[in-house]
Amino acid sequence: MTNKQQHIMVVGATSAMAEHCARLWAAQSPQRLTLVGRDAQRLQRVAEDLKVRSPKSHIEVIAMDLLNAQAIETTVSRVVMQQPLDVALIAHGVLSDQTACQNDVRQVDASLQVNAVSPVLWAEACVQHMVAAQHGTVAVIGSVAGDRGRQSNYVYGAAKGLVARYMQGMQHRLAGSPVKAVLIKPGPTATPMTAALTAQGQKMASVEQVAQDIVSGVARGHAVIYTPGIWRWVMLVVMHIPRWVFDRVRI
Amino acid sequence: MMRVSSWGLLSNEEHNVQALCARDQVATLLPSQTQTLAFGAGRSYGDVGLNPQGHLLLTRGLDKFIHWDEQSGQIHCESGVLLRDIQQLCVPRGWMLPVTPGTQHVTVGGAIANDVHGKNHHALGSFGDHVVSLALAQSSGEVLQVQACDALMHATIGGLGLTGVIVSAVIQLRRIAGPWLQAQTLAYRSLDEFFSLSDASAHDWEHTVSWIDCLSGSHPRGIFLRANPLSAEQLGALDPAQRVVPTRRTRSMPFVPPVSLVNGLTLKPFNALYFHLNKFKAGTAVVHYEPFFHPLDNLAHWNRMYGPRGFYQYQCVVPRQDGQAVVQALLKAIAESGEGSFLAVLKTFGERHASGLLSFPMPGVTLALDFPNRGERTLRLFASLDDIVREAGGRLYMAKDARMSRAMFEAGYPRLQEFLTYRDPAMSSAMSRRLMGW
Repeated sequence: MTNKQQHIMVVGATSAMAEHCARLWAAQSPQRLTLVGRDAQRLQRVAEDLKVRSPKSHIEVIAMDLLNAQAIETTVSRVVMQQPLDVALIAHGVLSDQTACQNDVRQVDASLQVNAVSPVLWAEACVQHMVAAQHGTVAVIGSVAGDRGRQSNYVYGAAKGLVARYMQGMQHRLAGSPVKAVLIKPGPTATPMTAALTAQGQKMASVEQVAQDIVSGVARGHAVIYTPGIWRWVMLVVMHIPRWVFDRVRI
Repeated sequence: MMRVSSWGLLSNEEHNVQALCARDQVATLLPSQTQTLAFGAGRSYGDVGLNPQGHLLLTRGLDKFIHWDEQSGQIHCESGVLLRDIQQLCVPRGWMLPVTPGTQHVTVGGAIANDVHGKNHHALGSFGDHVVSLALAQSSGEVLQVQACDALMHATIGGLGLTGVIVSAVIQLRRIAGPWLQAQTLAYRSLDEFFSLSDASAHDWEHTVSWIDCLSGSHPRGIFLRANPLSAEQLGALDPAQRVVPTRRTRSMPFVPPVSLVNGLTLKPFNALYFHLNKFKAGTAVVHYEPFFHPLDNLAHWNRMYGPRGFYQYQCVVPRQDGQAVVQALLKAIAESGEGSFLAVLKTFGERHASGLLSFPMPGVTLALDFPNRGERTLRLFASLDDIVREAGGRLYMAKDARMSRAMFEAGYPRLQEFLTYRDPAMSSAMSRRLMGW
């Protein structure tokens, strides 16, 4: 074992889930962390925090448009040039407002761009380099919402479903290769993104618990991580409810 | 709207809740709000952190460190950072929070707003004494940089969140050689004995606290604990086998039982058992700071054991001169009422005045007790305890209170009028409306 720092790139690094993963990685040992996001100031704050937690880590921030395919490709190439990636965590997303989507197709477009197209582009760009290096793990945050379309959030669900199908194919491609593709499916988690839901009294998993599951799942290279674990069984049931029953429940 | 309870689980009312996730959010949000309050980890017992029908700004999302100066030991962090997180980060690097309360699962903002104290009050004062500066967002839209010497700092320390929203703070940590303490356990069988132990320990022991069996009536008995951090030399001489780092295995009270588990049937045997077990453990040992400072932190949701009606914590401080007679009278009133408490703590504070205008600690002796909520009966007992405390020139701890009268509050906190001039008009809580009228 060399004690060279791991290089971990986190896309959507200001999201609570991603930030907590970065904290756990930094707490394990000093890392090289590349934090990618939209808002330079918020990224800077995440970087400051990680620097306090792990003064020996090397932390770099990149603020950019996360949707531009060309920019994604150049950024990943540049990041990889500094040091090949050990882990890429692709975590950005916006929990879209279903009702707003139903009234405005531009909202649907925006949701699909952020939650489906962009994560796939990032994953693809990372995997190209990882396959060439024969090393690395790409982890994408999906959602239990992608397992079965529901009236209350099917646009978001469809986007996450696209990510799931994409990762499934990627895993098939990478079978037998040292490069791993990990799909994470969190259940409802208490993050600012779901703050509105918590306010309605839903029970949520803590973001710390979810981050712990992600970090250990990524280390093991599991194909699909449900977090908290109970959601694997919940969604197994939900996916197998026959349609005539499912259509009678408003979830 | 969301239902929110405090640690005592006495109420569960609707609040307009908003989770904060960035520190610049606070200053833009505040001007548009009235009747608003910051809410941290929710570990205060009564209504100091509640604001039914009003706004709650949840600060737990403000959990970033900003800067850490390893030379000076000053840590700059957002107000939603837990004391636990500071300890976990800094203890391995040879620094520690100088003051921590009985649980480390409280936020920095909450620790300042309630000016919490620990077992070492006589040596190091309360939490507010170690705040170097803080950023305070007010409803004017400004974020004020408040320094330790500013008058606004003295209003904000122990200020119950009513001077604005604490966004970040710089805390001065203290140097330590390691996470271990040399701790001594002693049994005492009278208040005389307690006070002489306290006095004898004040000089040579940094941490002192005692558990008291409040059911033993006219013959109080208890367990006295005192400890000192191990110095570098002591640590060097320590047998590695003694350096036990506790496993962080947290158990949880999974649900609220239909009746309080702390009741007439369980209390007496519990207290007797606790006394005798500890009596046999009496002696000196090396312990890690976590189980010593925060014995209940490994039992998550322990507040649930008091059942669906919740519980009150009653904590008072009375001046030292007649402290012994007053504590005796309080214990007598409790014994006569037939109410009882398992977690009863008796401790002397040092001869120092806290920096906050509404800080709780003052020179004297403090008694803290938990009581399951049994409605009128419990409140009647408190009213009689209040009379004793007030007569003695004492006061109650706001972080624990859910029911004291306005007269009791005003009698205990003579600097109230001065404090009121620093209140932010938009900030309000169930407690401020109850005790200050707005």
